[in-house]
Amino acid sequence: MASNIVLSEVEYNVVGKRHLRPDGVDKVTGRAQYGADVQLTGLLQGKVLRSPHAHARIKSIDTSAAEAYPGVHAVVTAADLSFASLSREQLGGDYQRVKFASNHVLASEKALFKGHPIAAVAAESQHVAEEAVKLIKVEYEVLPPAMTVRQAMEPNASLLHEDLFTSELGELSDKPSNVASHMAFETGDLEQGVQQADVVLEREFETASVHQGYIEPHNSTAFWNTDGQLNIWCSTQGPFVVRTSVADILRHPVSRVKVTPMEIGGGFGGKITAYLEPIAALLSRKSGRPVKVLMSRTEVFEASGPAPGTWMKVKLGVTNEGKITAADIFLAFEAGAFPGSPVMQGAACALACYDVPNARINGYDVVVNKPKTAAYRAPGSPQAAFAVESVIDEICEQMGMDPVEFRLRNASREGVRRVEGPVFRRIGLVECLEAVRNHDHYKAPLEGPNRGRGVAAGFWFNRGFQSAVNISVNPDGTVNLIEGSVDIGGSRASIAQQAAETLGIAYEDVKPTVVDTDSIGYTMVTGGSRTTFATGWAAIEAAEDVKTQMVERAARIWDTPIEDVQYIDGVLSHKSDPELRMTFRELARQLLGTGGGITGASNVDPSGEGNGFGVHIVDVEVDPDTGKTTILRYTAVQDAGKAIHPSYVEGQMQGGVVQGIGWALNEEYFFNDQGQMMNSSFLDYRMPTALDLPMIDTVIVEVANPGHPYGVRGVGEVPIVPPLAAIGSAISHAVGQRIDRLPANPGAVLEAMS
Amino acid sequence: MEAVEFTTPKTIDEAVQAMASKGDRARALAGGTDLLVQLRGGRRSADLVVDLKDVPELNEISYNASSGLTIGAATPCYRLYADANVAANYPGLVDSASLIGSIQIQGRASLGGNLCNSAPSADAIPPMIALGSVANVVGPNGSRQIPVEDFCTGPGRNVLEPGEILVSINVPAPPANSGASYLRFIPRNEMDIAVAGVGSAVVLDGSGQNFVSARISLASVAPTPVFCKAAGDSLAGKAVSDEAIEEAARLAMEDAKPITDMRGTIRQRIHLVGVLTRRTLNIAIQRARGEE
Ligand SMILES: Cc1cc2nc3c(=O)[nH]c(=O)nc-3n(C[C@H](O)[C@H](O)[C@H](O)COP(=O)(O)OP(=O)(O)OC[C@H]3O[C@@H](n4cnc5c(N)ncnc54)[C@H](O)[C@@H]3O)c2cc1C
Repeated sequence: MASNIVLSEVEYNVVGKRHLRPDGVDKVTGRAQYGADVQLTGLLQGKVLRSPHAHARIKSIDTSAAEAYPGVHAVVTAADLSFASLSREQLGGDYQRVKFASNHVLASEKALFKGHPIAAVAAESQHVAEEAVKLIKVEYEVLPPAMTVRQAMEPNASLLHEDLFTSELGELSDKPSNVASHMAFETGDLEQGVQQADVVLEREFETASVHQGYIEPHNSTAFWNTDGQLNIWCSTQGPFVVRTSVADILRHPVSRVKVTPMEIGGGFGGKITAYLEPIAALLSRKSGRPVKVLMSRTEVFEASGPAPGTWMKVKLGVTNEGKITAADIFLAFEAGAFPGSPVMQGAACALACYDVPNARINGYDVVVNKPKTAAYRAPGSPQAAFAVESVIDEICEQMGMDPVEFRLRNASREGVRRVEGPVFRRIGLVECLEAVRNHDHYKAPLEGPNRGRGVAAGFWFNRGFQSAVNISVNPDGTVNLIEGSVDIGGSRASIAQQAAETLGIAYEDVKPTVVDTDSIGYTMVTGGSRTTFATGWAAIEAAEDVKTQMVERAARIWDTPIEDVQYIDGVLSHKSDPELRMTFRELARQLLGTGGGITGASNVDPSGEGNGFGVHIVDVEVDPDTGKTTILRYTAVQDAGKAIHPSYVEGQMQGGVVQGIGWALNEEYFFNDQGQMMNSSFLDYRMPTALDLPMIDTVIVEVANPGHPYGVRGVGEVPIVPPLAAIGSAISHAVGQRIDRLPANPGAVLEAMS
Repeated sequence: MEAVEFTTPKTIDEAVQAMASKGDRARALAGGTDLLVQLRGGRRSADLVVDLKDVPELNEISYNASSGLTIGAATPCYRLYADANVAANYPGLVDSASLIGSIQIQGRASLGGNLCNSAPSADAIPPMIALGSVANVVGPNGSRQIPVEDFCTGPGRNVLEPGEILVSINVPAPPANSGASYLRFIPRNEMDIAVAGVGSAVVLDGSGQNFVSARISLASVAPTPVFCKAAGDSLAGKAVSDEAIEEAARLAMEDAKPITDMRGTIRQRIHLVGVLTRRTLNIAIQRARGEE
């Protein structure tokens, strides 16, 4: 029996209730419009030619046969990108950034991963485009690939970029290298911390590249009008980010690019980078027709952004009382073909759950011949947590200490300073650990052979960033809420709830709509667990703006000073004259005749973080003959701040856990020795199916975030952080061997046991 | 993908004619769960697709206590496990038919398609071999019968000549005190390709304590499904015991010649052949004794 518990502190009227989602009917009836549904007059179909090699110099590209193929309207290569005609002087300090961004979209001198776009065709039909792409002749000089950080960091490793120098704690190295950067955080005195410890344990870990596995492949339709207006329809978490990248790569004014986000079938961080948009735009400019480009599942695996594979070392020092005195951490993350892994975030999250007086964290961002990594739920944190939490688990085992008790003794709480600087405000880790200790799952003994239990904690920042919302009042007393946040996990509902609560009106009276980049102020991506927090905040401010204007209007109608009018729970009233009273709806009806409609607007950029923590418990059983792990029971506990919509919070928690289970047990990019991905389909890239999962129990612990009007923290990232470590530890206990490499698939567990 | 021609013959003769008209550029279509995926993915190409589902002989299941079971080559899996005779007499086949893909796939996928696709990992082939099945093939030069263990010649290759189609598969009637089982190992619980698979069939004597004969076959551990004659023969005449089963498992492991790839390593696969041989033999014995 699954159970979902909510431990609440404060109750509201609309916030915290399980309302129906506004987009539900369209989605369950199949009417919702996704990117692949876009149809325009004269639409052409695009197809991308991709590198079959992981690392190769491109000696020549001959597109003439493709251009001559009947039904083909345009062929583009990197030569069509603005970068090809810009000099180093023109780009100045932007040179390397624009070069990398341009080369990522279409390879110029070198193909840097299998699947790297080389050219693209727009044609009358998909079939013609596919045939035409085959006619493009590319001459390659195949180079040895560097596939892992360990290979790429070797002194004589094959270099991906001859002009990439290590940014070493601020300085540039004198020799080119695959190490794009080295960063470090330090606090206290590490040596002294190690000396104070009674137990010191050092372990090494590796994790494989994994993919977010969103159900909807990337897609993009572009129309470049003869007047220079470029319109794009696509599946993205961040239409404004797409607008910025397209404008940057195509050197086109931001104001001439309009991005319309279609409904989105999942992103998890992987739908932020613009892969197809610049290509579709170039094809459209060249052909004069709108062009749609879709990725297949194989293209999604091979050429969008996986989460990095890693190599990590963790050394912890602990006293006999179970207090951590020292931590020394080494993190090397694969960036993929271009710099930019989330190693910095991994480093900042690694020790965030604990109050560690003496610590040093070194992080390395390393380019390898794999697709450029992208964000994936709590980027960097799950890997780092796998390493740190596994060492804690082993120390607890050695010391015979309860893993929850150990974590309580070291847990971060208000006032604790993180290794990279910030000081926590009120946070809920201790409350989560206590909820775990009191949970029926944790209290139930785990019996039977080949079984093990694991516990792990996890952290994510939950930062705000920019959001905009407009709210206009309709004559029937409802409001239209216009937002720029793409709705991935139910944010239309959670944002409408905050607007309704603030206005004191019913949830059903708020009609949220997600619009294009011309129609709302700048809004950052739906990602990083920021949307319910920051766009929610924008909705609250826009609602406050509406309230202010409603009060002004009532004052005008009643011919009384504004100060005399109050707005409480959706009712406007005169402070001293009980006769003067109007509901929101009554006033809404009068607006057009008393000075016109009312629109509240807001642009916010909330500072501070929502800081979320989760603690998970998992029981597993391992088949000793085959090494196969079965998840018997799973409970996720998380401080959500105020859960605006508890069902969606539970959905986020369960979804994060499921992805974490896949990451821990079976998911991995499998490459042959030429660096070609061998399992680029859902058949062989083994995400869990419904039959591989138990029902996942949840406990929402509500410790209000002091930095948000309703106490929202953000919830989507945290639940993917603990599973890797929790499952790794559970398997370790079941088989009596530490799991230090993921995925812990049956073959790997079998090897560990033998 | 280029345009292909498509035809739906109504008789075996029409089907053979259509197939022969395009030689090796013609492909037969049963459920299409292999073929359509391969055509769309560019792993196979064809000028003509011949849909066999309208040919009556390819859509029949018939059972007779003396001649056994005849399965039309295009009959989808779900019709096998929904058939009372099959369910009662061929649990080893039901094991396979009910684990191929998913419910949706089983609504289309056929045992004939599984055999003709000739994947080393095909889940329906080992139990067919273990049960001593024979493939009935018709072509421009008449008909022929081929034991299933001789059907596949390499990954995706088999003995069919251009123009030939598989009409049906005959599975002999189960002897008294016999039982069969198929198990595969996959890292998940569905929608996966066997890392290794083993089909076992045993015939016991009246006491249920001794083996009369046994046949064992493997999936995913060689370029073709493997018939482990020595492993099965080693059991004939022996008392049912862990030692006898262990010896058969050891011999089966000797016949496994796997490769290392994304789905598993050589070592893991050989080990799994041992595990699954033991497990399938034990299930087959239980079934022969009527214990399951
Ligand atoms: C999602 C998914 C999951 C799958 N899971 C499994 C699994 O778990 N186990 C497994 O073994 N397979 C699996 N498969 C593969 C496939 O479903 C099976 O091999 C199935 O049995 C093929 O049968 P079919 O009727 O669909 O064959 P088709 O695709 O119609 O045909 C397969 C091949 O055989 C040829 N052919 C078919 N019938 C004849 C005939 N009568 N004469 C001559 N040639 C013929 C075709 O030309 C083609 O080359 C899966 C496929 C999918 C798409």
